[in-house]
Amino acid sequence: MKIQGQGALVTGASRGLGRALAEQLAARGARVALVARELGPLHDVVAGIRARGGDAHAIAGDIASKEAIHRIAGQAQGTVGEIAIAIHNASTLGPTPLRLLLDTECEDLAQVLETNLIGPFRLTKVLAGAMAIRGAGVIVHVSSDAAIEPYPRWGAYGASKAAQDHLSRILAAELDGTGVRVLAVDPGEMDTAMHAAAIPDADRAALQPPAQVAARIVAMIEAESRAPSGARLVASRWSEVAP
Amino acid sequence: MISTAVQRTAASVIRDDAPLGGRAAPGANSGGVEDRGRAAAGLGANSGGGVEDRGRAAAGLGANTAGSLQDSVHTALRADEVDRHAVRLVVVDPGHGAAPPSLDSFAALPRLLRAGDLVVVNDAATLPGSLFGRTAAGDPFELRLSGPVEAGWLFGVLLGPGDYRTRTEHRAPPPRITAGERVTIAGVVATVVGVVGRRIELIVRGDGDALWQALYAAGAPVQYAHRSAPLPLWSVQTAYAGRPWAAEMPSAGRPLTWDVLLGLRRAGIAVASLTHAAGLSSTGDDALDRALPWPERYEIPRRTADAVGEARARGGRVIAIGTTVVRALESAALEAELPGTVSAGGRAADAHRVVLPALSPGSGTATLRIDGRYRPRVVAGLVSGLHVPGESHFELLSAFAPPDRLRSAIALAAEHGLSSHELGDACLIVAA
Repeated sequence: MKIQGQGALVTGASRGLGRALAEQLAARGARVALVARELGPLHDVVAGIRARGGDAHAIAGDIASKEAIHRIAGQAQGTVGEIAIAIHNASTLGPTPLRLLLDTECEDLAQVLETNLIGPFRLTKVLAGAMAIRGAGVIVHVSSDAAIEPYPRWGAYGASKAAQDHLSRILAAELDGTGVRVLAVDPGEMDTAMHAAAIPDADRAALQPPAQVAARIVAMIEAESRAPSGARLVASRWSEVAP
Repeated sequence: MISTAVQRTAASVIRDDAPLGGRAAPGANSGGVEDRGRAAAGLGANSGGGVEDRGRAAAGLGANTAGSLQDSVHTALRADEVDRHAVRLVVVDPGHGAAPPSLDSFAALPRLLRAGDLVVVNDAATLPGSLFGRTAAGDPFELRLSGPVEAGWLFGVLLGPGDYRTRTEHRAPPPRITAGERVTIAGVVATVVGVVGRRIELIVRGDGDALWQALYAAGAPVQYAHRSAPLPLWSVQTAYAGRPWAAEMPSAGRPLTWDVLLGLRRAGIAVASLTHAAGLSSTGDDALDRALPWPERYEIPRRTADAVGEARARGGRVIAIGTTVVRALESAALEAELPGTVSAGGRAADAHRVVLPALSPGSGTATLRIDGRYRPRVVAGLVSGLHVPGESHFELLSAFAPPDRLRSAIALAAEHGLSSHELGDACLIVAA
């Protein structure tokens, strides 16, 4: 999909990968709705994008709140118009330091699922129908290798991402032929606040900068033939140059 | 982002386009009241919920309908909400000598249409258009948005203190508000640009994002006294709703699940969308209500204009989901219809046919009022809620089927306990 002139929505857009995605989509001419729980940091990101001539709009909303979903979607479409690109980037690890599953409170697991699985599902339900009726759209679920690998202590997060991966595949199958593409992308290990919360003693020099990963995800959105609907892609294995 | 053309159109709504209270509507006719209302006078008696105030009582409409509107059968329609997965459909074949109306489930729509047909929906999302405010003097009022919010401009109708639990026509009059006054709406300061009776036009200067945040934080969907529980925002959205343009839900599309939409495609029936700013169905002011619907904005994507042309070329029919789609497509067709347009081929066999120029994509303002005398240019059939004689919507349906056929459809619906609620059952008018 050509990004110029499209309406886009990015959750978790005040920092890390979400911020980089919003900045790069705006740099390529998309009108971007940035969603995060707190307006303060979001305003700084939006101001930066606007200062570079981009079209960006701040929306405060908690993706884990049922009441917030239609408000977020309505504000986004009120400010940027039809949404053709939706990126589910916001997610939570649950309490850190990460705990073994048998030490994980059930309520904490439920909260992780609300933020990482049910919230994005609710938002997709609101946005994907309009994409499908118009015959074009891209939905990106930011995944993790924890969705595949059974890392101890990553139970709640890993289970939520594994479920989201499968939701992404089934949605792609159901929307086959409508023009809506549904992707799951494992961004790999990035130098973000979230990574620091999970693995405080990581060697930051070995981590990818979020901007580099964002550039690859933007390329996946553009490259329909190399990133077909239903695919689960790994950003670190994505070549900038088409094979 | 917002063109000046849009602003100009929007800003001129009160001054130029719209009929104001006490003045006859341009082009108004005896059948022209389109309030998207429901209730015939007797309906409330058996609905338990009272007469819906969004529909004016049939008796009040006077001369535009025959005496048959008090038929007891009409009063037998239920008026409760129906689960959108369980909606039933009265199927009406308008043809001379056609079979009488029959009953089916809405889910049967794909087999009730023909391969090659085109179904067109209105993808406007419903605004949280009921907002509370205070005048500069501190007097409370309710603002009900009547159309889309563009570049800080708000258009709507003022009501006095209270909320939807009081029937609109019984609401206290709004406090005195004058042009130039700064009022507070949803916690945001707005300047009154114009006010004529209950109609008002305001502008909110500054950050558009903050305005949208305030509207969605404080606003609720416009609703009426016949439903006591507050309507959540999600309950008034279709499964394909996009931009928030509608003051009230384009409700004919509510039973269109994705199962049905994808089923249509599998059956070779095309589906396309337009966006039409469905307005308010009631203002609480009789004179204003008689002039409804006001001019409403619409936008037809190129893809949809092309789909209409392709459907015609292959002999398919255009089926509108809801009266707002009829209004948008027919308004666009009239725009495109140049005086003296003739059959392109000029063959004698085609001489009786009006050959239409292609529908142009883009935006427009629908001012058209449709009744039994209107000859549809584009739309061959439609899905609608159930409407009884005396309602403006019944008049619109009369453009697609003879009134006596519509009456037998209502009789069938009553016999089988169908609901005329806007979140109720439906009818399909199309040749078999």
